Amino acid sequence: MHDMSAHAVQHHAPPTSFIRKHVFSLDHKVIGKQYYALALVAAICGMALSWMMRIHLGWTNAAIPGLQLLSKNGAPGGVMTPEFYLQLMTMHGTIMVFFVLTTAPFAAFGNFFLPIQVGAEDMPFPRFNMMSFWITFLAFVVLMSSFILGDGPTLGGWTQYAPLNSVGSVAGPGQGLGVVLWMISIALFCVGQLLGALNFITTTLDLRVKGMSLMRLPLSAWAWFITSCMGLTAFAVLMPACILVILDHVAGTSFFVPSGSVINDQLQPHSGGSTLLWQHLFWFFGHPEVYIAIVPGIGIVSHILITSMRKQMLSQRVLIYSMGALAVLSYMVYGHHMFVSGMNPVSSLAFSFPTLVITIPATIIVLIQVFSLYGSNLRINSASLFALGFISMFVSGGVSGFFLAQPSIDIMLHATYFVVGHFHMVMGVAAMFGIFAGTYFWFPKMAGRMMNETLGRIHFWLSFVGAYCIFMPFHYLGMAGNIRRYSSFPDDFLQPLLPVHQWITVAALITGAAQLIFVYNLIHSRFWGKPAPDNPWEATSLEWSTATPPPWDNFGGKHPVVYHDPYQYGVQSSVGDYVMQTSPEQVKSEHDEK
Amino acid sequence: MAKFFAVTIIIIAIVSAIPILRHTWVAPEDISTHGHLIDEQMSETMAEAGISFLAAQFVLAIFIWMFSNRAPDAKIKSFPGGAKALVIGALLLVGAEVLALGIFGVKAWANVYLTAPSADAMPIQVQAGQFAFYFRYPGPDGKLGPNHPELINEGAQNFFGLDPAHDPESRDDIVTAEMAIPVNREVHLLMHSKDVGHSFFVRELRVQQDFVPGLDVSLHFTATKVGKYEIVCTQLCGLGHYNMKAYLDVLSQDDFNDWLKKQAAMQ
Repeated sequence: MHDMSAHAVQHHAPPTSFIRKHVFSLDHKVIGKQYYALALVAAICGMALSWMMRIHLGWTNAAIPGLQLLSKNGAPGGVMTPEFYLQLMTMHGTIMVFFVLTTAPFAAFGNFFLPIQVGAEDMPFPRFNMMSFWITFLAFVVLMSSFILGDGPTLGGWTQYAPLNSVGSVAGPGQGLGVVLWMISIALFCVGQLLGALNFITTTLDLRVKGMSLMRLPLSAWAWFITSCMGLTAFAVLMPACILVILDHVAGTSFFVPSGSVINDQLQPHSGGSTLLWQHLFWFFGHPEVYIAIVPGIGIVSHILITSMRKQMLSQRVLIYSMGALAVLSYMVYGHHMFVSGMNPVSSLAFSFPTLVITIPATIIVLIQVFSLYGSNLRINSASLFALGFISMFVSGGVSGFFLAQPSIDIMLHATYFVVGHFHMVMGVAAMFGIFAGTYFWFPKMAGRMMNETLGRIHFWLSFVGAYCIFMPFHYLGMAGNIRRYSSFPDDFLQPLLPVHQWITVAALITGAAQLIFVYNLIHSRFWGKPAPDNPWEATSLEWSTATPPPWDNFGGKHPVVYHDPYQYGVQSSVGDYVMQTSPEQVKSEHDEK
Repeated sequence: MAKFFAVTIIIIAIVSAIPILRHTWVAPEDISTHGHLIDEQMSETMAEAGISFLAAQFVLAIFIWMFSNRAPDAKIKSFPGGAKALVIGALLLVGAEVLALGIFGVKAWANVYLTAPSADAMPIQVQAGQFAFYFRYPGPDGKLGPNHPELINEGAQNFFGLDPAHDPESRDDIVTAEMAIPVNREVHLLMHSKDVGHSFFVRELRVQQDFVPGLDVSLHFTATKVGKYEIVCTQLCGLGHYNMKAYLDVLSQDDFNDWLKKQAAMQ
């Protein structure tokens, strides 16, 4: 066990100027809120793009009012062109995967709560932390600037396959400057996340307060720690890959373009590159990224469920080991994205087996979470509803992984809506439910005010039913052979599937509108919500032992001492059925895990 | 609220399963010699995944129903057997499931990808480019001439960059915009991309394979039913991706011979 907090106190003085307090802040809590705000803006942008895409998919020739303002050429009269559809689709995927699903559950909540949960005053490198956010912000600005620069954003999808990403504007709108901006943005994003991961890892290992052994860390802290270890490796591979693409564009290199490529009857001035190299580099990042998005959700949801159940999980250790197994295995499975890519078919079998095996730790996590409900006294509120919804979505998205893990079945399902349904369920909706659960749970501590519970429940019901109405039919479409990334469906066999797309569009519009209830609740509660007590959920971990909202140094100049495992519920103590981690009170708990 | 939530989960689980049980949206009839292995693997996986899905959602719903908002003094209990039982159960059940799917799945995959085409398989080259497929059949010499990318000129209809003046093997090659194959004869497809990544997908044939620029990929299959089927591109290749398709005509041997003769005459 380490106890460096005494030496690491007061990394920086209390901020005095407006800029130091609210803009270029060194305070991990402000940085966490800045990440959350960025993720919120990004999510609204990403959702708006998905609305436009869905309307186009349901009614191809429909004019979308105002769309021509976004791109005169891409949407003349508000009717989307096929290339503009692909540009919006690319931006939707990029914004959601990087700037929402990575940013909110990991960077936002992790920044705010990891140092508090370990008992530290801040992260060890506050300036790196500040840089991490502002570089990520810059990455978002660069990405969005492609809407107004050149001939618009890249149309190559969030996976940006080579050589479409490297041959320049001859391959289509946005494939010149649009790709370069995309690559600069994502390379910057990687730098931001690497700086963040360094801080998260060192915070967890070095700044734990006295008594806080690793096994006394809450599950959310463990999840952020494991995620940061994954991020350190995954983003370190994607960043140089992006730089190589930029070099192919601006320096005449040919990392990803082979010889003999002819576009528009012009032989391209490239030779010697490998298109599959990009796929290997991208998916070496891309599959761990799925777990970077979902592991924080697993930790956050477990943390919330325990508080709501008033009892521990059946085994905290097993959950930690399972999250660790997901992280390790995530690097061994990436080739399942490439079964029909032209990769050696024997490699496909080699990648298939660990992909199937990774379902074992995932199943154990679900079983532990579900069977821990047994015998509990589950308190139902917006946070716990979203946490339970997370489990339901994680199961629904997870079981379709059985299909995609097998190369033979992938022959039929690859590049279809089945894949889109699978990853939207498991890393989109489930991760979003984790973010919502975390927001309803931690908002009182972050903002000092309670969120409106009634609005929270309405938001939950519309989101839960809506998400199933949208994403379950995606699987059916895929099974019928509906190919993804088509802006409309001129093929004969896809025509009968159009009513399903129209159903999905209506469901998406309603479910998307329900998210505006959340945004309203968030903003209204921030300013006019009921003042929050220090520990509204009667929870045990360190974030609930300090003031609401926490002072700039988290614990008001004191150094908390930890006496217990993180989740002492179902006991009889002087305050109720729980004991805070910082309470020296000794109580007997039948759930103690030694 | 909690009980209503539990019921909602169960309703959603059942409603989600109905289209699967009723086969509302399924792949079309298989017309290949290998496809039944893929279909069987799909059915077995569906059974295992479906049972896992329903069981997990039902248990979740039942526990939410039973253990939500109980009286404040309700006794907190733990699941009998604890985590150990669950871990052992998961290792055994999911482990067996994973092993079974992994082992049996190899057969279907190997049938397509790990066997060589027979010596008398009919070679056809397919070239993908933004946003069309072109096909090339060897003439009477049985050989395909070399491609010269620098000679590709769509305006002059030289889609493959052939140089018949210098390459005798190219002189009798037959280039078409549609694909026809004889029924019950193995086809050896030689896949070439002239620009970016594309894919060759025929649902009925249970075949999907990417074109890799700079790397010629081969594929072999046998169609067992006469008919006309769509070939579509499934790899995002640019603005016209959604409309990149061709047709596959599976013909009787005699009809195929006639078709090929007509195509040769049109060169």
